[in-house]
Amino acid sequence: MSWLITNLWLIPAVPLALSLVILSLAKSRRKSAAALAIIGQVIALAFAIFVFLPTLQTPGFRAVQNFTWFSFGEHALRIGWLLDPLAAPMMMMIALVGLCIFIFSVGYMADDNNFTRFFAYLSFFSGAMLGVVIANSLLLLFIFWELVGLASYLLIGFWIERPSAAAAARKAFITTRIGDMGFFLGILWLYHNSGTLLFYDEGHGCLESAGLAMLGATATFIALLIFFGAAGKSGQFPLHVWLPDAMEGPTPVSALIHAATMVAAGVFLVARVYPLFSLGAINGATPSLTVVVWIGVTTALMAALIAIAQADIKRVLAYSTVSQLGLMMVSLGVGGVAAGIMHLLAHGFFKALLFLGAGSVIHGCRGEQDIRKMGGLRRLMPVTFLTYAIGMMALSGVPLFFSGGWTKEEILHAAAHWPKSHVPYYLALAGVILTAIYMTRQIIYVFFDNRRAGSLHAHESPRVMTMPLIVLALCAIFFSAVLTPAWPWLHGYLAGERVYFEISRLIQPTLFVSLGLVGAGVGLGVWMYRKAGMQDRDRAPETDPLEYAQPALFRFLENKMWLDEFYDRTVIAFATMCARVSDWMDRQVWDGLVRALGNLGQVFGIFTTGVDERGINAGVDETTAGTRGLGRLMSAAHSGQIQTYLGVAAIGMLVLLLFYAWLG
Amino acid sequence: MTLTLQLFLIVSAALFCIGLLAALSRRHAIFILIGIEMMLAAANLNFIAFWRFSPEPHEPTGVMIAIFAIAIAAAEAAVGLALVISVYRHYRTTNVDQLDQLKG
Amino acid sequence: MNSVAFIVIAILTLAAALAAATLQKLMHAALSFAVTFVGIAAFFFLLGAEFVGLVQVFVYIGAVAVLIVFTILLTRRDVEKDRGFNWSGVVVAIAVFGGLIWAIFKTQSVSVTAPAIPVLTVKRIGEVLMTNYVWPLQCVGLLLTAALIGALILVMEEKG
Repeated sequence: MSWLITNLWLIPAVPLALSLVILSLAKSRRKSAAALAIIGQVIALAFAIFVFLPTLQTPGFRAVQNFTWFSFGEHALRIGWLLDPLAAPMMMMIALVGLCIFIFSVGYMADDNNFTRFFAYLSFFSGAMLGVVIANSLLLLFIFWELVGLASYLLIGFWIERPSAAAAARKAFITTRIGDMGFFLGILWLYHNSGTLLFYDEGHGCLESAGLAMLGATATFIALLIFFGAAGKSGQFPLHVWLPDAMEGPTPVSALIHAATMVAAGVFLVARVYPLFSLGAINGATPSLTVVVWIGVTTALMAALIAIAQADIKRVLAYSTVSQLGLMMVSLGVGGVAAGIMHLLAHGFFKALLFLGAGSVIHGCRGEQDIRKMGGLRRLMPVTFLTYAIGMMALSGVPLFFSGGWTKEEILHAAAHWPKSHVPYYLALAGVILTAIYMTRQIIYVFFDNRRAGSLHAHESPRVMTMPLIVLALCAIFFSAVLTPAWPWLHGYLAGERVYFEISRLIQPTLFVSLGLVGAGVGLGVWMYRKAGMQDRDRAPETDPLEYAQPALFRFLENKMWLDEFYDRTVIAFATMCARVSDWMDRQVWDGLVRALGNLGQVFGIFTTGVDERGINAGVDETTAGTRGLGRLMSAAHSGQIQTYLGVAAIGMLVLLLFYAWLG
Repeated sequence: MTLTLQLFLIVSAALFCIGLLAALSRRHAIFILIGIEMMLAAANLNFIAFWRFSPEPHEPTGVMIAIFAIAIAAAEAAVGLALVISVYRHYRTTNVDQLDQLKG
Repeated sequence: MNSVAFIVIAILTLAAALAAATLQKLMHAALSFAVTFVGIAAFFFLLGAEFVGLVQVFVYIGAVAVLIVFTILLTRRDVEKDRGFNWSGVVVAIAVFGGLIWAIFKTQSVSVTAPAIPVLTVKRIGEVLMTNYVWPLQCVGLLLTAALIGALILVMEEKG
């Protein structure tokens, strides 16, 4: 399959090309659109598997294919494709999760009018995301990064007739744009200092020792600028505000983009340019990595707290995603790069599963999204319940069979051994407990207890929607096989080390610690919310138990810690003021300048007219009058008398004669 | 007294001026023609005189000029007189003071 | 040359010319005009250009003067005399005469006496006319033709 490795660009090209084809189809060709998109995804998955297999052979495999895009003068811009243990599993995860979501969408969007457009956008997104993963040049990565952002905008605002969806899409795009500004500045600075944007280029790439040496101390700032972009895409504090609003899009979109793949791009970017972050590490920590850790842990904790007070089923999951991404950033920051990527891959599977399950619930409840209005769906939608439960346990971190548990384990392990500080470790632990609490809350609200308004006529979703759920659930479980400490194959693969199977490592003290934590969390959740949705003493059924107990705290959390309003007062107000100033400048200053120039031209014209009329015209008139007068004078000499003429001729002859005689 | 060229020249000059006088001061159109003929004759006399007194008289240049001038004068007189008759027919007058159509 | 003959001819010519210029009656003026030409022909004889003198008699007196008489006859109305005399013309003529005299007396080279010359024969004139001056001869022939035709056209009665 070496031809595929040298032509890695085929992997994103197939879904991208198919998206263009689907765009050209008419609205009525639904089956063709869906079929094309799914075929594209299958091909991408097949290719991803084909290129994955060779990477197993050597530890630390890296295949690079660089070429010159264009040259200007003496410089040339080179880009290329990269296949390494980071890119290969990401591609497989993206393709597989994408495939499940595409199949799910066939059922979910069956009633929608714009079915074909949806699949075109989905396919486009899939191609762009695959491009991000295999890019060997920071510029090429940025190009695909922007394409992913565009796809996200198109998909969030898919229901174009809804103003809230349009506003959410705009918010997402602008917020990520702010992050991308920093990213681009980082790219420029990097290019200026090191002269190349290629990651690996036979020793000359910017991530290899020669390139890094050229950067010196500026590597920290460049890394922070790039992290700014990653923070935007991955919804880290303070650029996380777009992610919950992005739930305005259809649920498959939330599953694909805002759970599994696009938001993972930020984490992927940090992992990709990790050598920049870790340059000059003292005791395993650099200033840029420290920033990453603190922002990550802040995000994780903050989002988990907000999730407890949300009532929309998708918003809970959205904040959960933000929280998990923060956790991944923490992992990368403390040095556990492999752990972070493993959690990324696992999170992709189970978060997509959870979102699709939520989609199934929404579909079954005919569009109801408020969890306080659901309940008792355990018996009405058994397959959904089962798969959702598996996803929940993976997210909460139940170890042993569920992949999320092992990966979270590794992250906590890495955080515990961070030489700089143990505070992130404790905060991460708190985050784990909170995760368990809010997921338990959600499950209780949605699937347990009595049926409330939304779930009265609920029904199980059709097979086309439940099959992907089952597939993803199985992935979530079996993925753990390569994650256990007994055989940490994935860790070894990502880190380039050789590993071996040893069952004794399965039983470790940390295993019990995490079991205990998760158990505590779940137990706490069950105890708090056991009577959620039901009348309990003097609490109304619709009131959340936490809201009843701590109304002020609940209000604070429910309103997302008032961050959106804070941004509105400061950043947006500032931008509006700038816009007003610009408008004033444009209207008074620039426009005035143009008008003044116009008036100047007009004055000049008046002046010229005056000169022309009074000066030149008058001059010409005077000249003609003078000529006429002279003519009149001279015509007086023409008397018509021939004798006069003759006499004058004689006199003239005389004068001439005298003249010549006098001259001698 | 010895005849010098000067004497002949004086005579021809006088004749010329008398011809000019006739052309300028009479009001009948015929007199202008008479005057012109007289002037031409005076000029012919001048030529012949110069020829006679020239250092190389075997070249009859002056004589030839005079012969041709006489021929031309005759042609011009004929045409001029035809003009006078034509003008007389048209305007019924020979008074040149009344022939001022060219007055500008 | 005989200076007496010169003075007689000069007086005759100038007097006749003056008469032609100033006489009131047209016929008298025309006839004095013919006498003037006789005098000029005599001058030519005196100067040794006999042929030219004879040509002068034939052409001027025989043709031009007669033409003038005929024209006077053809353009006569009741008035036989020519009234009106322009005195400014006299002034101009006298001025020109003065100028010419001054020029003549100023020039030294014309104070010469007549050298002896061989007699100019008609044969000689004929030879020269046909060799050196053949082109002018032809042109004069053309000119005379044109003048003839032109004069005819000018005086033709317009039909209708």
